[in-house]
Amino acid sequence: MPKKGTKSKKAVDDVPDQQENKLPDYLELQRTRVVCNADAPIHTQGFQYSGAFAAMGIDNSVSVEKFCKNFKIDIKRLTEDDMEFDMIGVDASIANAFRRILIAEVPTMAIEKIFMADNTSVIADEVLSHRLGLIPLDADPRLFDYISENDVPNERNTIVFKLHVSCEKGSQRITVKSGELEWLPEGSQLSMASPAQSGDKQKTFTSFSQSQKEILEKPLGVKFKDITIARLGPGQAIELEAHAVKGVGKVHAKWSPVATAWYRMLPEVVILEQIEGEEAEELVKKCPVNVFDIEDLGNGGKRAVVAKPRACTLCRECVMGPCGEKIQLRRVRDHFIYTIESTGALPPEVLFTEAVKILEEKCERVISELS
Amino acid sequence: MEHGSVTDSTASTFSIMEEDHTLANSARFVLNQDPRVAFCGYSIPHPADKKINIRVQTTGDPAKDVLKDALQDLMVMCQHVRGIFDIAVANHRAKKPAEQIDVDQK
Repeated sequence: MPKKGTKSKKAVDDVPDQQENKLPDYLELQRTRVVCNADAPIHTQGFQYSGAFAAMGIDNSVSVEKFCKNFKIDIKRLTEDDMEFDMIGVDASIANAFRRILIAEVPTMAIEKIFMADNTSVIADEVLSHRLGLIPLDADPRLFDYISENDVPNERNTIVFKLHVSCEKGSQRITVKSGELEWLPEGSQLSMASPAQSGDKQKTFTSFSQSQKEILEKPLGVKFKDITIARLGPGQAIELEAHAVKGVGKVHAKWSPVATAWYRMLPEVVILEQIEGEEAEELVKKCPVNVFDIEDLGNGGKRAVVAKPRACTLCRECVMGPCGEKIQLRRVRDHFIYTIESTGALPPEVLFTEAVKILEEKCERVISELS
Repeated sequence: MEHGSVTDSTASTFSIMEEDHTLANSARFVLNQDPRVAFCGYSIPHPADKKINIRVQTTGDPAKDVLKDALQDLMVMCQHVRGIFDIAVANHRAKKPAEQIDVDQK
């Protein structure tokens, strides 16, 4: 039992928070909140160093057990294509790592090679190929392997699509949409060898030993069938074969599995001095997202209260006006509101799980390198 | 690669290839939380090269072990995140079965 008046060094496993071992309020504010003033945010750097408060006798280290105890996830919205959830108890560096991995390092399938047989449209070959590469495919990348330069394209690492559209002479212009891409589960149909060669099996650009229909449960295709690829006038045609392979967003953005993924810190709006009467009305009108609301006091007076702090977009309209000093905008440092919008290959919750797995794999790789 | 002194194993710089801010910042954060660490930081010598340098100075333990422990801790944290996330998704789905039916109807 520490003597009255002395500060004892708190061990990591010490559970009860004694009065002498708590940080003073102003330091606690600096440690857990980013204060967003009218001109710029302050206290953006957290106190991460374990010995930051060593002079006061307070241990700032966070063990893994403490992290596991305090960590929480709260899912706000989960649909087939996007999700919004709260991650509480984690630091910005790890939240950012997940975001970076989601955008650049979770693999997907996308069209990489185009075998152009006929293109008489006004869209140049390379422009058409670029557009085809950006089309999101409805294929689970976990069922496929990566392909390298020397590998033969087979059913385990390539998906083959065919596009054969033509516009007859005399008819109206047509629009080629992504829904016209046809999946070829048996592999490539374009033959490599010249037609003069005899033999019952022509050599094609892929060597599928079995049909992909047997390996996969549901048919592959494009996710959105209404993406415009090209427009054909009368007499023009496009005939091509496209091979889709597995890749990551780091190499080319077409392989990014998310439309985007972002996070923001939980906003906290604090009214330091009471705002009453007309000022309160003005304040409520100023906020574009209705963070404030009016509360009626007993004797006919009105008071502004914070109704929906979560909606705050930090436009700073409330702190710029005459009653600006009475309001403080803050962000909670370890509470992140994550939004993930998937392009469709994988559902967003699977994407997040894959991203966390990839961070684990990175750590493992470095650990094995060090050993 | 570890660049350190032969006599003093408590301070060294680790050069890791094929990595960027994603791993370096997370590793630096976890290292900072460890009470054995006196100083830690990371830098990227040139943005075109995929190389990071993580500097670790400890209060006595060999820097390599401390870094390894920090990465182990990071792995445990990731596994915990995944576990909690899966539970949260399952709870969310259980709470709203009506929505799930809509998802299945394509």
